[in-house]
Amino acid sequence: MADNKYNLIAYYPGCALEGTGSAYNTSTKAVGKALGLGLEEVKNWNCCGAMEVKNIDPKIQTYLSSRVMSIAANEMGHDVVMAPCNGCYHNLKKAEYDLTHDEGSKEVTERLSSKAGHATYQAGQVETIHALDWIKKSIGEDGIKSRVKNSLSGLKVANYYGCMYTRPRHIFPEKDKGPGTESTSAPHFMDDILDAAGADNVDFALKTACCGGAHTLSDSDTSTKLVLNILQAAEESGADVIATECPTCHTGLEMHQIRAEKRFGVKTNVKILYFTQLLGIALGLNPRKVGVHENVSKPMGMLRERRIV
Amino acid sequence: MTSLAAIEARIDAFATAPVTYREDAETLLRLAEEVLEYWLDANGKVPVTRKKEGFRLLALHAQSAKGDPSFNACRETCREIAYRYNLAMSVADVGELTRAVATMRRLVQHLSLFISGKCQSAQLGEFCCASRPLRQTDSEMLEN
Repeated sequence: MADNKYNLIAYYPGCALEGTGSAYNTSTKAVGKALGLGLEEVKNWNCCGAMEVKNIDPKIQTYLSSRVMSIAANEMGHDVVMAPCNGCYHNLKKAEYDLTHDEGSKEVTERLSSKAGHATYQAGQVETIHALDWIKKSIGEDGIKSRVKNSLSGLKVANYYGCMYTRPRHIFPEKDKGPGTESTSAPHFMDDILDAAGADNVDFALKTACCGGAHTLSDSDTSTKLVLNILQAAEESGADVIATECPTCHTGLEMHQIRAEKRFGVKTNVKILYFTQLLGIALGLNPRKVGVHENVSKPMGMLRERRIV
Repeated sequence: MTSLAAIEARIDAFATAPVTYREDAETLLRLAEEVLEYWLDANGKVPVTRKKEGFRLLALHAQSAKGDPSFNACRETCREIAYRYNLAMSVADVGELTRAVATMRRLVQHLSLFISGKCQSAQLGEFCCASRPLRQTDSEMLEN
C-alpha cells in the first residue's frame, strides 16, 4: 500500500555516492524524478562515521550520524531521511538505537552538538529508511507495474543485499514484523521491486553473504575469493545480472570480478547493476540517464542482447 | 582436526563431479560442521555435539557467535545450508536435487572462505555488520 508520507523526504547520499557510487546517486535521483517523488538533500551533511570511526569510537560515530538526522529534522523540518548506501543507512539506524538505549551516547551527542552549535538530535525525530523502503512504501509494486514502459522481462536477476542492510537485527526493530515488512534473514524488497518491473528473479542463496568488503585493502585475496564465490553462485543460479543496493558491495563486486580474473584466472560474465539503474530503465529512462556508462562490468551489450534497451 | 585446506579440497571436489545423490548433501553438511569445529578448536573451545533446530551446524554457529558479533556475517549462510539440506532431502526431482546440492556446495565454500579469512584476521565480518549494543560490556556479551 503506497504511503504519501514518503513523497517528499530528506535525502542523505553519503560520501560513497559522490565518488565510486556516483551512478547510484544519479539513478536514485532519476528514478525519484520519474516517479514524481521529491528528495531534498540534507544541507551541509557530514560523514556518517562509516566503518573507521565506528571502530575507533562508536560514540563519535553516533554523534556524526545524529548530526545528519538533526539537520534533517530541526533545520529542514523532515521526519523521514532516506539513505541509499547500506553503510549510511546502517549507521543512522545504529545511532537511533544507541541514542534510545545508551545514556553515554546521549551525553556525548549532547556535548558535541552543543559545541558544534546545532540542536541535539532526539531519538525518534526522524525515521531512517533505505532506498528500497522508499520505493516500496511510496510507490509499491502495483505503482511500479502501472508505470513500467520497458519491462525487464527475460532478464534474470540475482538480488544481492549484502550484510549491513539487515545486520545486526536489533537496530532494525521495524523488520521481521510479518507480511509487508522486510525480513532480516531472507530480505525480499529488492526482489519485489524488480519483479514488479518485470525481471525474472533467480533463487540466489548468497544474497546476504559477506563479501569481505571492509578487508578489501588489508586482505585482498580473501575479499576476492568471497566475491568470486558470490559471482559464481549467481551465474550458477542462471543470473545475467546481480542487482545491488549498496555502493560498497557494488564496487567490491565489480573490482574483485576483474581481480579474480587477473589473480586467479577465473573469469565471470555476470553484470553488476544498481537496482535503481534497472528500475530506471524499466521506467523508460535512457541508460545514460541512470549512469550505466559508469559501470565497470559494462552491461550495455548484455542489456541490448536481452532487448532491454 | 582436519586442516581447512583439506576441507576446502573436499568441497572443491564437488565442483567437478555432477551431484545427484542425497548422500552428497549429508557430506556437505558434515563439511560445514567441520569448518566451524576448526574455528572453535582454533579458539580453544570444545565443539558442542547438541543440535539446534535439528541441526548441529546451527548449534555450532551459535557457540561460535557467543561473544563474537562478527559471526553475524555467516548466520544466514549456515541457515541457508540447513534449508538447502532439507530441500535436498525432500525433493523427488533429480534436477532439483542437483540444484539444491550445488547451491549447498557454494554456501559451504563461502563458510569455509569466511572462516579461513577470520583465521588470518579475526576482524573479518566485524567492521560491517557486527555493531554490538553499546550498553553491553564484553563480560555481559559473553554471559548471553
